[in-house]
Amino acid sequence: MRPFVYRRVKDATSGVQTLAAAAGRSDNAPLAHAAAQPLAGGTTLIDLMKLDVMRPAMVVDINPLAGTWSTIEPRSEGLRLGAMARMADVAAHSEVQKNYPVVADSLKLAASAQLRNMATLGGNVLQRTRCTYFRDVSYDNCNKRNPGAGCAALEGFNRSHAVLGTSEQCVATYPGDFAQALIALDATVEITGRSGNRSIPFVGLHKLPENSPQIETTLAAGELISGFTIPGRLAALGIPEGARSSVL
Amino acid sequence: MIDKPESPASSRFNRRTFIAGAAGTAVAPLAARGVGAAVDPPGAQDATLPVSVTLKINGTNTPLTIDARTTLLDALREHLGLTGSKKGCDHGQCGACTVMIDGKRVLSCLTLALAAQGQQVLTIEGLANGNELHPMQRAFIDQDAFQCGYCTPGQIMSAIACVREGHAGTDEDIREYMSGNICRCAAYPNIVPAVKQAAPEILSHQQKG
Repeated sequence: MRPFVYRRVKDATSGVQTLAAAAGRSDNAPLAHAAAQPLAGGTTLIDLMKLDVMRPAMVVDINPLAGTWSTIEPRSEGLRLGAMARMADVAAHSEVQKNYPVVADSLKLAASAQLRNMATLGGNVLQRTRCTYFRDVSYDNCNKRNPGAGCAALEGFNRSHAVLGTSEQCVATYPGDFAQALIALDATVEITGRSGNRSIPFVGLHKLPENSPQIETTLAAGELISGFTIPGRLAALGIPEGARSSVL
Repeated sequence: MIDKPESPASSRFNRRTFIAGAAGTAVAPLAARGVGAAVDPPGAQDATLPVSVTLKINGTNTPLTIDARTTLLDALREHLGLTGSKKGCDHGQCGACTVMIDGKRVLSCLTLALAAQGQQVLTIEGLANGNELHPMQRAFIDQDAFQCGYCTPGQIMSAIACVREGHAGTDEDIREYMSGNICRCAAYPNIVPAVKQAAPEILSHQQKG
């Protein structure tokens, strides 16, 4: 792991300012390549820093935001989930289980109990691909890590790579289950940044690889996901018995 | 694995940063070398210098001066001599490093030590009450729930959490909620009865509060 400066934020405003100030110096780097990375559960970031895939010069610990950003609020018009809520807490919430079983199941059937205690919803939807060529820096030719360097997976072991939504530049899959549930339920994602708050349909958060697979989301450097809203109540839309940690 | 107080890699770093801190003249070239690898350092603070932190480990406030990169697992093992928590995969897949933070089981290999400040860390060393083993430790011995023992500290921490989370009701539930802890010796058949043996005692303690 490369050296980095560790900062712990006090509140959302200082968090966004710290991230945005660092981002300002690295021009238009996409979020995943930004010099300052937010640290929530750490289950993706620390793993990829150990592998030298992610190399932030600053790690901005946003866990103090959990006090205000981890609420689970079933409302008459739908469900609001704070971005710092932990996967385990949302999966175990009785009203989420009852009225949004696909949300509870998509979280409960992923990873392990320890990881679910650590990982936040915001971090979950931003987890990086498990493409082995992406995770192995001995391969230079990964367009996600080194834009323009090519894609080792195209000619490599790619049986478990993507079939739909690929490009000549990248065939990596998106690994999360929870995001699929959010798309199926027409969820909205709330984003906090330098210029205030904005909400967009969740389906618009992630981008197809096309000619720039290093740009994975429409988030700008310095922006943070603050929460998700799921409209309505959809009972009995669970994952079939026996299915586990697979795309719906 | 050799359990020396410091690995060669960490002792090299510590000596270098110690020299940098003690003899001011050495700071500039060292900082330049360290930062050269990273992209566009955004802060004035030098990423190569150690940081002071106080961790609450097993009820004791423990001051430490560490590299910001130090994981909680490495802080426990390499800096505090608490080698009960084990390093298996070091990537969050095996569960050997499982500890509790504020009562919840987490992976210490994916937790920065700096991020654990202000929270209560409980390791396998903090379970026994003097010579009296924790009910789950006793159950693992009674049920012969291990072979080589390397994964056992993580298994025991997870098993206690599994009971407290309310997932020790059926064998199936225990297997599912213990699935984050891998055992190369495949001691799984005896781990399930160990969890079942200790569960009532742990739950009755919990109710007493």
